[in-house]
Amino acid sequence: MLETTTTRHNPLVDPHLSVWGWEIPIYLFFGGMVAGMMILGGLAMLRMLRGEDPRRYFSLQAPLLGFVLINLGMVALFLDLSHKLYVWRVFLTFQVASPMSWGSWLLLIVYAALLLSALVRLPDAWPWLGRQLPVFQRVSDTLLARPARVKAIAWSNIVLGAGLGIYTGILLNTMVARPLWNSAILGPLFLVSGLSAGAAMLHLASVLRGQRPAPAGMVGGAWSAIVQPLGPAWPEKGAADGLVRSDQAFLVIELVLIGLLIANLYTSSASHAAAAGLLMGGPYTGVFWGVVVGLGLVLPFVLQSLELGRRIPHTVVPALLVLAGGYALRWVMVNAGQVSEVAPAMAGGY
Amino acid sequence: MPRFGMVIDTRKCVGCQDCVVACQTENDVPHGYCRDWIATEVRGSFPSLSMEIRSERCNHCDNPPCVSCCPTGASHVESFGRTVQVTANKCIGCKACIAACPYDARYVHPKGYIDKCTFCLHRVKEGKDPACVSVCPTHCMYFGDLDDPKSRVSELLRTRKWHALLPDAGTRPRVFYLT
Repeated sequence: MLETTTTRHNPLVDPHLSVWGWEIPIYLFFGGMVAGMMILGGLAMLRMLRGEDPRRYFSLQAPLLGFVLINLGMVALFLDLSHKLYVWRVFLTFQVASPMSWGSWLLLIVYAALLLSALVRLPDAWPWLGRQLPVFQRVSDTLLARPARVKAIAWSNIVLGAGLGIYTGILLNTMVARPLWNSAILGPLFLVSGLSAGAAMLHLASVLRGQRPAPAGMVGGAWSAIVQPLGPAWPEKGAADGLVRSDQAFLVIELVLIGLLIANLYTSSASHAAAAGLLMGGPYTGVFWGVVVGLGLVLPFVLQSLELGRRIPHTVVPALLVLAGGYALRWVMVNAGQVSEVAPAMAGGY
Repeated sequence: MPRFGMVIDTRKCVGCQDCVVACQTENDVPHGYCRDWIATEVRGSFPSLSMEIRSERCNHCDNPPCVSCCPTGASHVESFGRTVQVTANKCIGCKACIAACPYDARYVHPKGYIDKCTFCLHRVKEGKDPACVSVCPTHCMYFGDLDDPKSRVSELLRTRKWHALLPDAGTRPRVFYLT
């Protein structure tokens, strides 16, 4: 038996670590989702360049929506900081060993890529802005004039999206003090979960706008540009099916990665096995298996299978479930990870 | 350049918490927080039990994960004594260092920055011992240069059995407990 008592009583540290509340899971969720949308948007741009009808790929203007969503994530991150007035210090240095430093600079480049990508079709999607500021039209024309430019933007979206998606996992992964996070699988898991959430968000966005033509005004046009990435045309049924099929693949890969994560933890040290126990019989078991896996992965997979088989009509329910599951995954990993700790030696040594 | 470390004799420590109070007074630690604390560890099954009382704090690790994860360089290794310090006006309060520390030695100061034991570097620079070491009524704590083979801490580590906390974490802590 080993029993340790301590007189330490620091807020947010004792009785167990709880320095990160709802803000960091929100930040990781939005970051991952935008990463997924960048990859899907980049792929759509490449398909457009191959001469395919851009209306088939309503993720083409994902950057506009992504720009809005990444800002929501950044607001959550900012709210989490306890010494907010010094946030600018991040951009006065580059700490090569710090994933958060890499992430901060990566996010700056992501912002630039999202804005540049949005400019590709901004005048089409938001006619009011194109009229008010003709410079946007000129930039868009310049970008579209040469396929090589669009191709470069497409690839930058794909590469940066992959980087951002993996970063959201690596950020936790490198903290040796929290065994639940010490698996290299966390990076790919968060990336695939981000792709799944990105596909679900694009699906939702295409539905929200409906089949009405894009409004020409300032506010209506802006909303239209964000939630209906294709502009005035309603995406055909096949395009929606394509997005759902991709999501099915993401959900299956995510399930496999979760299985590998659990196996990885159980076959590592005693600390890692104890951390896995938090999800396998411990306090986070219900929310992990019930919400993350059950409601967020298995149920949407079943519903989308039925939708693709034309057994039930298309609804937004699977997309909503995927988004809820994506957030729940981050919530569980951030909270359970903080509870996990390196176990002291049980015998020997002294 | 010295490499400061601390050696604590658990056979002398009675857990009186004088070190805790001295630290709070010396460093103006806010009420309700602590930079050092007492841990009591009981091992075995009745009637064969053993108990160890330890005064714990930041381990000023040789491989500090709190430093490598810091995005601004606020958490850094000070050249003097190679101790781990936090520059408050560089800290953004992201709390990554708190999550990265396996000893949970850090906390969020009410003013927002991250705070922890400094080994009382301001006293050490004046040639004094850290406050906790200087007040210990049983003289169970020793502070000095681990790279100096003639220092008291080096001598104790050579001649006595000792252990450090959570060696598996790979942090190479520099607070040692004599047993």
